[in-house]
Amino acid sequence: MKRKCDKCDKPATNHSVEIQKGQKVVTYLCDEHAAEAGIMVKDPHVPVQELLSNFVKIHSGAPTTQEQACKTCGQTFGQFREHSLLGCPDCYTAFEAQLGPLLERAHEGATHHIGKVPSRAGQGEQRQAALLRMRKNLADAVASEDYERAATLRDELRSLEEKGG
Amino acid sequence: MSNLRQMTDQAGEWLRGAGPHSEIVISARIRLARNLAGYPFVNRANRRQRFEIVERCRTELTNGRLAGGVLWVSLQESTELDRQLLVERHLVSRQHAQAGEDLPRAVAIGTDETFAIMVNEEDHLRMQVLRSGFQLVEAFEQINRIDDVLEDNLEFAYSRRFGYLTACPTNVGTGIRVSVMLHLPALTLTGEIEKVRRAARDMHLAVRGMFGEGSEALGDFYQVSNQTTLGRSENEVLADFQTTVVPQIIAYEQQARQALLRQKLSQLDDKVWRAWAILTHARSIGTDEVLSMLSHLRLGVNLGRIDTVDIRRINELFLLTQPAHLQKITGREMDSATRREVRAQLIRQRLGAR
Repeated sequence: MKRKCDKCDKPATNHSVEIQKGQKVVTYLCDEHAAEAGIMVKDPHVPVQELLSNFVKIHSGAPTTQEQACKTCGQTFGQFREHSLLGCPDCYTAFEAQLGPLLERAHEGATHHIGKVPSRAGQGEQRQAALLRMRKNLADAVASEDYERAATLRDELRSLEEKGG
Repeated sequence: MSNLRQMTDQAGEWLRGAGPHSEIVISARIRLARNLAGYPFVNRANRRQRFEIVERCRTELTNGRLAGGVLWVSLQESTELDRQLLVERHLVSRQHAQAGEDLPRAVAIGTDETFAIMVNEEDHLRMQVLRSGFQLVEAFEQINRIDDVLEDNLEFAYSRRFGYLTACPTNVGTGIRVSVMLHLPALTLTGEIEKVRRAARDMHLAVRGMFGEGSEALGDFYQVSNQTTLGRSENEVLADFQTTVVPQIIAYEQQARQALLRQKLSQLDDKVWRAWAILTHARSIGTDEVLSMLSHLRLGVNLGRIDTVDIRRINELFLLTQPAHLQKITGREMDSATRREVRAQLIRQRLGAR
């Protein structure tokens, strides 16, 4: 049988035994009265939602989408599931559908950014994407020792960067 | 401070033991995650690109526009001991210190150590402001200014829908992480700390130990930080901490401290004076025991049960007794047995014992 709180009719959830002036003093208190007595902390009544430590793996879609790759950096969704890290800013567009539910999970249901906007925002996400693509091509050209193409790409890249300021 | 050697003479600003509610709030920290537009994230960038990222950031971070001046530390060129020193001072993350030996990466540290900007950690830029006591608003103003200055010449990856784009989607949006380090010895002694943990989790906050991710809550120090970065503005996140979370935890801890004073005074005094006895007499001591003893001592000083030492000195000892600091102070590398002895000696010295 559950014991009642010493001060009210609620079930006691805190049991304390103290020795006061050589006498054993036993108290049974509910959460509220225990908090009042300074014995415990009152639990704020927020619904319990277990934080999922490995939600990326669990909530990132069916395995069939795993081999889909980001066109810009080549990272697959399967690789993302392994490391929880995306490859480049364009991955957010490439995997937008799969990331949606995962982001909602991680961010209390949020789907869109609210907050600071960089002063350059609006200069174009397209330009940012173009920069990324060109850097990828440049890296490929260098890797395949196509230095002529690399030189051209580097010039193009520089002029695009200068345009952005 | 113009080099790492001078750093070990004293603790950074965040351990000054000053600022509002400093008897419970050790420090407040805010970090922002940013990535340069047009580059892959660090984990996908090749060596050349990583090097370019470091160089671009170095130009912006060391051009004198950041208030107070900056110490630039290239981590792949630093010794392991120096990197460990920076971890102990909370200026770089453990992950950043221990990343592959020759990985191009760096940290720019404000001369007064109130800010540090990691380059090529998980994101291209991880900037943090760290202040003693409960100075969240000041910390945010400072980091926002730093972000504005950098944004003048660096273009950050940003999308209208997702905000600032980060390598891990758990940071996307504002890229903000607010962490408050709290000293909660009374809640630990009364066994109420688990409830605080649970309450924090329900509010989507993470509770960690003194050294961040994966660290145990040694010496009754807890870091509470937000997890949500998308769909809530910086100010909303800050307001949670400022008006709800932290004041509430402070109130709980104060209640628990008063309860100890009222109901367990002799046990409390016993703990405090035992801690003093051990710290002033031990001949060999490990970091865990030091943290735990300093925690009790700190509680005793804050509750006026002992006045043989002040908070600032106690805070300093938290730092100076860490392995890398000990070795820097003595100027030699030591095995852990020797460190234990030297640590005990340093503590006795600083506490004015023989």
